[in-house]
Amino acid sequence: MEITTIGRAGTLESNDVMITVDFTKDDGLIIEIESIVAAQFEEQIRAAIHEVLEDMRISKGHIQVVDKGALDFAIKARLKTAIKRAEGGNQS
Amino acid sequence: MSNMIKNAINREIPKYIEGIGELKAFGGAFAYNPEGKKAATKIPKTFTGKNKIIENIKTSLELCGIKNGMTISFHHHFRNGDYLVNMVVEEIDKMGIRDITLAASSLQSIHAPLIDYIKKGVITGIQTSGIRGKLGEVVSREKILDKPIIIRSHGGRPRAIESGETKIDIAFIAAPAADAYGNVNGVEGPTACGAMGYAMTDAEYADKVVVVTDYLVPYPACPISITQTLVDYVVVVDEIGNPKGIVSDATRITKNPMELLIAQKASEAIITSGLIREGFSFQAGSGGASLGVAHFLRQKMRQEGITGSFAAGGITGYLVDMLEEGLFKSLLDVQCFDLKAIESIKNNPNHMEMSASFYANPHNKGCVANQLDIMVLSATEIDLDFNVNVITGSNGIVMGASGGHSDTAAGSKLSIVVAPLLRGRLPIVVDEATNVITPGETIDAVITERGIAVNPKRKDLLDLFKDAKLGVMSIYDLKEIAEKLVGKPRKIETTDEIVGLIEYRDGTIIDTIRRAK
Repeated sequence: MEITTIGRAGTLESNDVMITVDFTKDDGLIIEIESIVAAQFEEQIRAAIHEVLEDMRISKGHIQVVDKGALDFAIKARLKTAIKRAEGGNQS
Repeated sequence: MSNMIKNAINREIPKYIEGIGELKAFGGAFAYNPEGKKAATKIPKTFTGKNKIIENIKTSLELCGIKNGMTISFHHHFRNGDYLVNMVVEEIDKMGIRDITLAASSLQSIHAPLIDYIKKGVITGIQTSGIRGKLGEVVSREKILDKPIIIRSHGGRPRAIESGETKIDIAFIAAPAADAYGNVNGVEGPTACGAMGYAMTDAEYADKVVVVTDYLVPYPACPISITQTLVDYVVVVDEIGNPKGIVSDATRITKNPMELLIAQKASEAIITSGLIREGFSFQAGSGGASLGVAHFLRQKMRQEGITGSFAAGGITGYLVDMLEEGLFKSLLDVQCFDLKAIESIKNNPNHMEMSASFYANPHNKGCVANQLDIMVLSATEIDLDFNVNVITGSNGIVMGASGGHSDTAAGSKLSIVVAPLLRGRLPIVVDEATNVITPGETIDAVITERGIAVNPKRKDLLDLFKDAKLGVMSIYDLKEIAEKLVGKPRKIETTDEIVGLIEYRDGTIIDTIRRAK
């Protein structure tokens, strides 16, 4: 299925993360991470994002992560949901 | 030769700092022996007819002989509702005075305007228990002060003043109520704050003492906390503080289930220790879980008809309820946290005010902290040797306060730290704490929602807790559980520049705060 829209999942509550996936852009894969624990965990957050992207065979799009201290499983789940919403054309 | 030396907890400490002088490295919680005599003030004389009322702060500064290089002091009972620090510093700046050292018992977010006065050179030194808000951030990130700030505990501060290490030229007392001859009480007026404990040593040892109030009462201002014998001038202004920032209506027990769980586990541990018996004494630090412990102990005390001798420290309405219910015989109070505590200290003779020296100073003939059976403490970080940080966040920014943490940990029979294992994604148990306020040798156990770790030097406690199946594990296990959940945090890099010195309560240096990147 051709992916063309924007999907979002998560909240800005503490220990959660809000992830916005934008597949309307066509300039490669751009991951932006903003986190209250960036100094301690940015690499681990990035690794979690990459793991999901590889699993789902996604190699382009803009991914914006606004993290309030979510653990890896939450980050992965939010990203998967955001991608599925984008794939479904569901503007949430 | 290197200027640095490792202290007893392996922290690198400078031997000398320009503008501050020779430093003594921390050698253990009870190792240091003070020498010499206490400081003294000049002998004044005052006869009938002296008028102490002065028209404004500027005139009081002139009469006190303010000049470059002096040290002025403040107390923090008004917390985030304090107007006085900013008002006085503004006047000092207008007079063109520079190079002032600010010796405050603590500083809050409301004191952010000090940043500009530091940059202008009006303030060149800060001594405080803690700093919150923007000021803490700027002090930690930018080297706006040439001299490092000095962090002192609530007992360490009166020690420094009484020993003469901190010589206060002018002490400013924010007085909720005062009379024209300088008597101060904390329980009347729009900015009533209750106990005046932190200001008492300042008033006794400063060369000049200025009382500032917005509520002048007829002589004498009973019940008097700070007496006329110590006060040079009285200034009446429109407003000295914002009551909303000073006290809350009532301090309630936390509803946070995690904090309640930790509090419950902590109370089980305390009961298992055997210290809850007739006449026991108790103190709990600020923080949701700490007060929650009082809530669970109260049930036990009711069930078994146990009466405690006293509860101490900063006093909340919850402890007042326990006093009034007869569960404690008395309260010893250095600072009131809510309106109920203020009402109580005003009306109940068993609710006694104490000075910071009485409360926690290690270099007098016995402070209240020494009489504590049980102390419940909070922590921002705790390392594998049980050293505790409550001053800096894990990003290296000063955001908290030393308070009575190290004083009560050293004084009490049982000192336990209550903390969630994780705050957000950050583990509380870490390999190396960003900073150390309280040495691990004075901490007996740490209670988290996922397990309890006992300091190996308290084998007696360890055995009791194990027999009671309290979920005891090593502190290494706690760290591993945390890291399994969140991963291993990358160590924060700091620069080598020292922006703060952390004094242990005895005046030795336990740690330095490095400038955050």
